[in-house]
Amino acid sequence: MRTGGERVRASRDSGPILSVRNLVTRFRTDRGIVTAVDDVSFDLTPGETLGIVGESGCGKTVTSKSIMRLLPEHVAQYGEQSQVLYKGLNLLKASESEMRRVRGDGIAMIFQEPMTSLNPVFTVGWQLDEALKYHTNLNKRERRDRIIEMLRLVEIPNPEKRIGEYPHQLSGGMRQRVMIAIALCCEPDVLIADEPTTALDVTIQAQILDLMNGLKERLNTAIILITHDLGVVAQVCDRVQVMYAGRVIESAPVGEVFHNPQHPYTRGLLDSIPKQGGKQKGARLPAIAGIVPSLWELPPGCRFQERCKHKQQQCVDQEPALVEVDGHARRCHFPLGQTLATLTVGAQ
Amino acid sequence: MALIEVRNLVKHFPVRGGVLNRVVGRVHAVNGVSFDVQRGETVGVVGESGCGKSTLGKTIIRLTDPTAGSIKYDGREITTLGHSAMMPIRRKMQIIFQDPYSSLNPRLTVRSLLREAIRFHDVVPPGETDDYIAELIKTVGMRPDAADKFPHEFSGGQRQRLGIARALSVKPEFIVADEPVSALDVSIQAQVLNLMMDLKEKFGLTLVFISHDLKVIEHFCDRVLVMYLGHVVESLPTTDLHTRARHPYTRALLGANPIDDPNDRRPLTVLQGDVPSPFSPPPGCPFQTRCPRVMDRCRSEMPVLVQRGGGESLGAEAERVACWAVEADERSGVTSAAR
Repeated sequence: MRTGGERVRASRDSGPILSVRNLVTRFRTDRGIVTAVDDVSFDLTPGETLGIVGESGCGKTVTSKSIMRLLPEHVAQYGEQSQVLYKGLNLLKASESEMRRVRGDGIAMIFQEPMTSLNPVFTVGWQLDEALKYHTNLNKRERRDRIIEMLRLVEIPNPEKRIGEYPHQLSGGMRQRVMIAIALCCEPDVLIADEPTTALDVTIQAQILDLMNGLKERLNTAIILITHDLGVVAQVCDRVQVMYAGRVIESAPVGEVFHNPQHPYTRGLLDSIPKQGGKQKGARLPAIAGIVPSLWELPPGCRFQERCKHKQQQCVDQEPALVEVDGHARRCHFPLGQTLATLTVGAQ
Repeated sequence: MALIEVRNLVKHFPVRGGVLNRVVGRVHAVNGVSFDVQRGETVGVVGESGCGKSTLGKTIIRLTDPTAGSIKYDGREITTLGHSAMMPIRRKMQIIFQDPYSSLNPRLTVRSLLREAIRFHDVVPPGETDDYIAELIKTVGMRPDAADKFPHEFSGGQRQRLGIARALSVKPEFIVADEPVSALDVSIQAQVLNLMMDLKEKFGLTLVFISHDLKVIEHFCDRVLVMYLGHVVESLPTTDLHTRARHPYTRALLGANPIDDPNDRRPLTVLQGDVPSPFSPPPGCPFQTRCPRVMDRCRSEMPVLVQRGGGESLGAEAERVACWAVEADERSGVTSAAR
């Protein structure tokens, strides 16, 4: 790619490309104010893939849309202390014209449903051209070459012909690849992929993941991958944040999360997946009892306490803080696999 | 004797188009499928969207009529049975749908939607209906006050439990479960799978379990049928799936499934080529456009589903595969499954 290499190398030395600090997102609703994302913080360095994992309603999509400021501003409010720092700019306070420069060029997003996120009345080529027209100074011919190059990069056969086609003429996997091409055509520093493969078949999912990995290596793009599929996380992420009812409840390198989970919810999620090769065929899965609490009726203390096997009185009385020990953070009074010694260190 | 015997089942859907709305083509949703389901067995059907697995499920319980072929239930031919002759058999065959949001009537309370089928089939005497409903609700692990609520008052997992309660309400022998856990979150999926496993034991159910998720199939089923574009391309016991699956498509499915262990990272199997249109499948093998082992013969001749090592059994233990490349391996004495 044209300038990708040098630009990325420069930013790698200067630390994180994106910092989310104490992100709180509230919605005004008919039933009062509800806090969908409650105190989420993370750093993202170039070339890193961060996985955000959790079940429906845990706040993972709201987190990503808050970063992009895509939530309707008349109902969404951000916390006073909240910051999303991108190149020194706090995106939560940025003006709409500043945001327009960041979106697509600096931070790009891929949505879950490729059919509804592409405009059905414009051709594929037109939709790619829109972003290039806005963010680059290329002339028409150069843009066309660039579009064809991008479509070839995402392995769309016959791109010269495809740019004149409409989204309905493409298969689901191809539409998602077009979405990726649109997201990547301005070589963003950060790519947010919100359940990019959930609606796709496994063989197509494999193609998309393979493609995203390849692009990361070539352009050193930082990726935030939002998913509920732990298999996908295990294969592509470097770090993982597990969310539950608006809170980050565990955050650690991917190997730690899978092999040394410290929050009972993370453990429960891992145990809920049937094992490959039918290793426990016919056995009951150690499921987590109960359901996710409604954000309007959160229990006192720890938000997971009603479903937790290890619940104690302290869990009802007091919400645990997110405590980090050796790069592994968890929000639990009684983390799994911890000796008393490390617990005391963590509490200090 | 097998509880369900399906032979050469075909289901085509007409496609209409043009100004006169004439039939312009046919979608070959199910294209000559044969298999048996033994009493008490759980057969998984796996495949990607559009492979015909849901149509197969609906056709074997005659929610849609087959274009050709035959279906026997407990030895009795049911393919052409009329409405009233079918009724007592319908009671024995039930279905659980994928989408718990759209498969329950939103205007009926749980009690009335369960009562409908119970009264229609006269499952219990009228005076005992309420007690029976209360027991059903308890059986699927819900609180008794659920009976007087409406479907919208429940979460996805609870609605799926209600879908299961409705299927069980007429005391069926055989249930088709069409992606019953696909719309649910992981923790809820595990709860519902556990429930289905318990109920299968308790009521001695025979199941056809349709899913796109191989991990769920391996966990839940005794045997798996792998479908591709309306054809069963492979059939084998789930315990042997990883070691003995031979069809290139089954291998690709296994290889494309991300392993949930970050210490075991491996390149996922990526297939080249596109899925052919189900309106006009190519002559020969339906998988030829994406198959890494495609040969000349695959482009002209449809591979036959044959049992490995010969024989004619459609029973539980049989391993059947439809692939010319595998057939060539067999002839040249290659027996290792992993390729």
